[in-house]
Formats: sequence, structure tokens, C-alpha cells
Amino acid sequence: MAAKTSKAEFSDALSTSSISSPPSGSELVKDRVFRGLTQGFAWLTVGLVFYIVYEVGGKAMPAIQEHGLRFLTTTTWDLQKEQFGVLPEIWGTLYSSLLALLIGGFFGIAIAIFLTQDFLPPKMEWVFKNIVEMLAAIPSVVYGLWGIFVVIPMIRPAAGWVHEHLGWIPLFGTSLSGPGMLPAALVLSIMILPTVSAISRDSLSNVPGKLKEAAYGLGATRWEAIFGVILPTASTGIFGALVLGFGRALGETMALAMLVGNSNQMSISLFSPGNTLAALLANHFPEAGEKEEPVLMYAALVLLSITLLVNVFGALLLKQASSRLGARGGPK
Amino acid sequence: MSKHLPLCLTCIAIVVATGCGPARSPNSSGASAGGSGETIKLQGSGASFPAPLYGRWFKEYSAATAGVKVDYQAKGSGGGIKDFIEHTVDFAASDAAMNDDEISQVDQGVVLLPMTAGSIVLSYNLPELSKPLKLSRVAYSKIFLGQISNWNDPEIAKTNEGVKLPDLPITVVRRADSSGTTFVFTNHLSEINQEFADGPGTGKSVNWPESDKFIAAPKNDGVTATIMQTPGAIGYIEYGFAQQAKLAMADLENASGNFVSPTLDNAKAALAGVKMPADMRAWLPDPKGDQAYPIVSYTWLLCYEKYDDPQQAQALSDLVRWCLTEGQKSSAEMGYVPLPEIVVEAVTRKLDSIQ
Repeated sequence: MAAKTSKAEFSDALSTSSISSPPSGSELVKDRVFRGLTQGFAWLTVGLVFYIVYEVGGKAMPAIQEHGLRFLTTTTWDLQKEQFGVLPEIWGTLYSSLLALLIGGFFGIAIAIFLTQDFLPPKMEWVFKNIVEMLAAIPSVVYGLWGIFVVIPMIRPAAGWVHEHLGWIPLFGTSLSGPGMLPAALVLSIMILPTVSAISRDSLSNVPGKLKEAAYGLGATRWEAIFGVILPTASTGIFGALVLGFGRALGETMALAMLVGNSNQMSISLFSPGNTLAALLANHFPEAGEKEEPVLMYAALVLLSITLLVNVFGALLLKQASSRLGARGGPK
Repeated sequence: MSKHLPLCLTCIAIVVATGCGPARSPNSSGASAGGSGETIKLQGSGASFPAPLYGRWFKEYSAATAGVKVDYQAKGSGGGIKDFIEHTVDFAASDAAMNDDEISQVDQGVVLLPMTAGSIVLSYNLPELSKPLKLSRVAYSKIFLGQISNWNDPEIAKTNEGVKLPDLPITVVRRADSSGTTFVFTNHLSEINQEFADGPGTGKSVNWPESDKFIAAPKNDGVTATIMQTPGAIGYIEYGFAQQAKLAMADLENASGNFVSPTLDNAKAALAGVKMPADMRAWLPDPKGDQAYPIVSYTWLLCYEKYDDPQQAQALSDLVRWCLTEGQKSSAEMGYVPLPEIVVEAVTRKLDSIQ
């Protein structure tokens, strides 16, 4: 049906002369201006990133010279003795974000499939989609509060049981005091859900209908079509969604500062408190004195590098994956 | 401020956000007010612990006095001192008085004025206990060193006869951010326990023992909320926060060996035993007196000795004078300790050095 209307539009357009005439002078100017503007803004964004790195780096310089790479490998944060190390924070940042990606990614993609593969009437799909995307509008502090007052009490009995019976597994090695990795990662996964699901949904709904019809035509079941044809075709977009979600999780500040426990230690246990770079910055920056500010800037630089690395790595993987898919003739 | 906890936690976010922003320079506005009959603007920033009281004082004073407008931004003691040294404010506030190093960085001279005092309480979450827990000096310093880790520890049981203590791990809740409250509390612990002095030491943020039963939360509100939500938790917060959240507060053993509860009278008793030195930097790491509550501290207003504009200096000392007289009446009602008479007199005398 879609094809029919577009055909009609096309013939409509043909009957008017506008499409066949060369662009007028004003159109050319508009085109130039628009192109210039977009290019300008694109470069401005790139420039901004470099400016931020320059500013943060400049302020971090004294700390970089003083603490060097030891900063990345030691675990003490002691303002009195001026010993600073962010290894527990780096660990916590990556650990909490990966956990969140694991949970949020799974549910995000599941929601995207549910919303695009005709499981629901279109009106319901619209309602669901908006509800999921509304999650993005909730302020971070509210998530933090919700975590403290709802999530932690909710998982406390289960966590206690798991620790008691499966405590020999390092993942459950400590009992849950309250704030910790698991509540932080759970709330974080809900926070990245809208990002992951919205972008996955878009890339899933962009899979050409022909492809699906062809799969059914070959005798595939609905799930075979989804897992064998549609998901692989949309995989580059879904992967992009995951990278974005991961980036969001890495930088999340307020909710984590409230939920992660801000404890300067490294532990594999899900129930143990930890810390993240963003939470460290949020907690220490407002009252940071001369001694602490360069160190915090150094920590900010580390966070920036981690985010940048993840994005570059993600982009590279994406490129590789899409070139492989491109060879198979999938859409880009 | 802590009456509405969620609202307060929202404030944290705002404070964090605004704390990072550039400070407005009130110097220009102050100078322009030099002309007669114009509004004199006083801009201050700093400690968040007395912020509710200061907010009330400054609002009432601005309303009662024509031509004077006082703004106060609660961004934390450290932030206040920083603004004060950089001269982006007309006055600042801090829970920890400035040290010599900080004072030497201010060319205009510094006047430190104690304005009110507050006690720090140990709040805990053991709903099954019907009367306040009594904690000996050994017990609570060892709890915060991580050496006592279960509520049924003999050291705690010893001072709580007839109370059935649960077999529950102690979760210690501390401040995640740098804070005057932490400074006062660690100053006290370092005074009564040598091991604490040698380990974490005294500071606005110290290196607490590493344990999965030590968790940290941002600001007084955050610690309060975490204690409320965590069975078996104990943490240090300002009296007003514990009172408004209706959290249980422990009776602490003082220097005389008595167990005292953190009431207003006991805090006053602590202040009464302290002589105010000339520079007004009176520390009470371990106040003497039979009824003295052990963890009490003044909170200071930081003013310059010399102001470019005499009218501004006059307005500021008028303001402080008002806070010392009229203002003190509302301190107790908001959970703060009114200054003893002698201190009020001393601070009033000190006002003359502001020019």
C-alpha cells in the first residue's frame, strides 16, 4: 500500500514542472547557506570537544605532573596525606556501566522488537513507545531517590537470600548494606533503556518489509524471521544504540552518587558498595580546594578518555560490522 | 530544609550544578551602591549546615531594613572560603574556621565571627530498640574505625544493659562530599582516639576505613536518607536533620564519663565550658562539663577587615548585630544552639574591627 501512494505522489510531482526545472538562483543560495551552516556547526562541535579537553587538561596539568600514571593504578583517596588514586573509580565506572548495559541492553532490544514486529495493534504500539521514551524525561535525582526508597528495599530480601545461599560465588560475596553496585546498575539500566530502545526501534522499523516477506515466503516462522533476518539486518543500528547507552551510563552522575555507596574499594561482588568517576566528581567538586581541584580535573580527563575510547572503539566495530553486512547487500 | 527530604535532594543537584558555575561578582554591585539612598547589596556564600537559619535571618533582616539586600548561596564551607579568598563575595560562612594559611591569602584582613552552634549526632536505624542507645567513647570511635562491626558486640552491650541488641552487621554511613560536618566529627574522634588520629585523621574529607559496610552519601540529606533506609545503619549528621527526619539519636559518653543526649541544654553546656580566644577560633574537640554533649561546634561568618565602601561595611556590621540579638531568638526553634551571652558580647566587640 505504501508503494502505491508513493507512486501516485511521484506521478503528481512529474505533472508539475518544478521537479524537472534546474534549481533557481535563490535555491542555490539557500542550499549553500544551509550547507555552510551545518558544516559550521559540525566543526563547532568538534572544536568544543577540543576546547573542553584543552581547558580540563590545562587545569589537570599540575596533578598529571605530580601524580603521573600512579594516579591510574593506586586506590587511596586521602586529601590529608595528598595521596590520590582512581583505580577503584575506573573499575566502578566500567563495572556499573557494563552491568547496566547488560540489563538495559537486553530489555531495550526486547522492547524494540516487541514494538516493531506487529505484536501489538499500532495504537498500543504508539502508547508503549511514548511511555518508554518518557523515561528519558525523568530527572536523574528522581531516579536516585526512587533507587533509595523503592529499588533498594525491594531487592534487599532477595539479595540477602542469594548472599546466604550462594555466598561462595564471588559475585554474591558480600551482603547488601543498601547502596551498592547492583541497585546502581539496576537504576542505570532503566535510565539507558529509552536510548537503547528508541534507536533500536528506529533501526528495526527501517528494515525493509520486502525482507521480512521474503523470509516468510521461504517458510520461516515469525521468530526465525526476527532472529535470522530482521535483527541481523538492523544490527548496526542496534549496536549504535548500545554504544550510546553505554556512553550515557559511563557519564551518569547524580543517581550514581546517591546509589553506588561512594566507597573507595574494588570488589567483584554485586552487593558491595563502590564508586564511579562521575560520582567522585559530583561529590568532591563543589567544595574542592586548591589541592584537590587539579586532581579532580585529572579524574575528569580520565573519564573523558574512557568515554572517548568507548565511542571510537564502538565506531570502529560498527564500521567493520556494516561493511560486512554491506557486502551481503543489507541496507546501511 | 530537611522537612521535605525529596525536595532537599533535588537541592543537592542544584547545588552541585550551581557550585560548578562561575561565581557572580558582587563587587560591581556593591560599588554602585556607594551613592546615598541606593540599595546596598551584600552577597555571601558558604556553609550549607547553617543555611536554613541564615536564609531566615537574611530574609527577615532584608524585609525589616530598607535599602539593604542580603543574598546567601549555600555551596559548602570549602566553596565559601574559596569565594572569600577570591573576593567574589562580600562575606562567607564556614563550619570550619579558616586556617592560618587561608587567612594569609586575604589582603584585606579577616574577621571571623561565630554566629551559631550546632551539635552532630549519631543517628542509627534499629527500630526494635525502644530507648536511645548509649554509646561509650570506645564504642563509637571503634565503630567508625571499623573495629566494631556487629550490633551485639560486647562493647556496645556493656553500656546498654537490659537492651536486646540484634545480631546485625553495623553499616556505617559517612559523608561522600567534603564537609564541615565531617571536619568537626573527625576532629572529635581524633581527640578521643589516638588510633583514629593516626589513621583517618582530621579533615573535611578523610580516608575512612575500606569495608563493604562503610557507605557514603552526599550531603546531610543523603546521609539521613541512607540511614532511614538501611537497617543496622549508623551515621553522623547535624542535629536538625536527625530531629526533622525523626531518626533515633544515640546518647554519647562525654569527657566526664556521663552519657548525655544531644539536647539543646547539653549543647549549651558544652559551649559554656569554652573560652573564646581573640581570633574567635574556638575549637571544642572534647568539651568539658558534666552535662556537655561531646560533639558541638561553632559555625563562622567570614568578613573582611577593610571594605572599599564604608557604607557596605556599616551595613554588614548592622546585619551581624541584628543576627546576634534578634536573630538568636529563632536559632533554638530551628535546631541550632544560641550563642552564650559572653560570646555574643565578644563578637559584638569584634565587629568594630570591620571598616
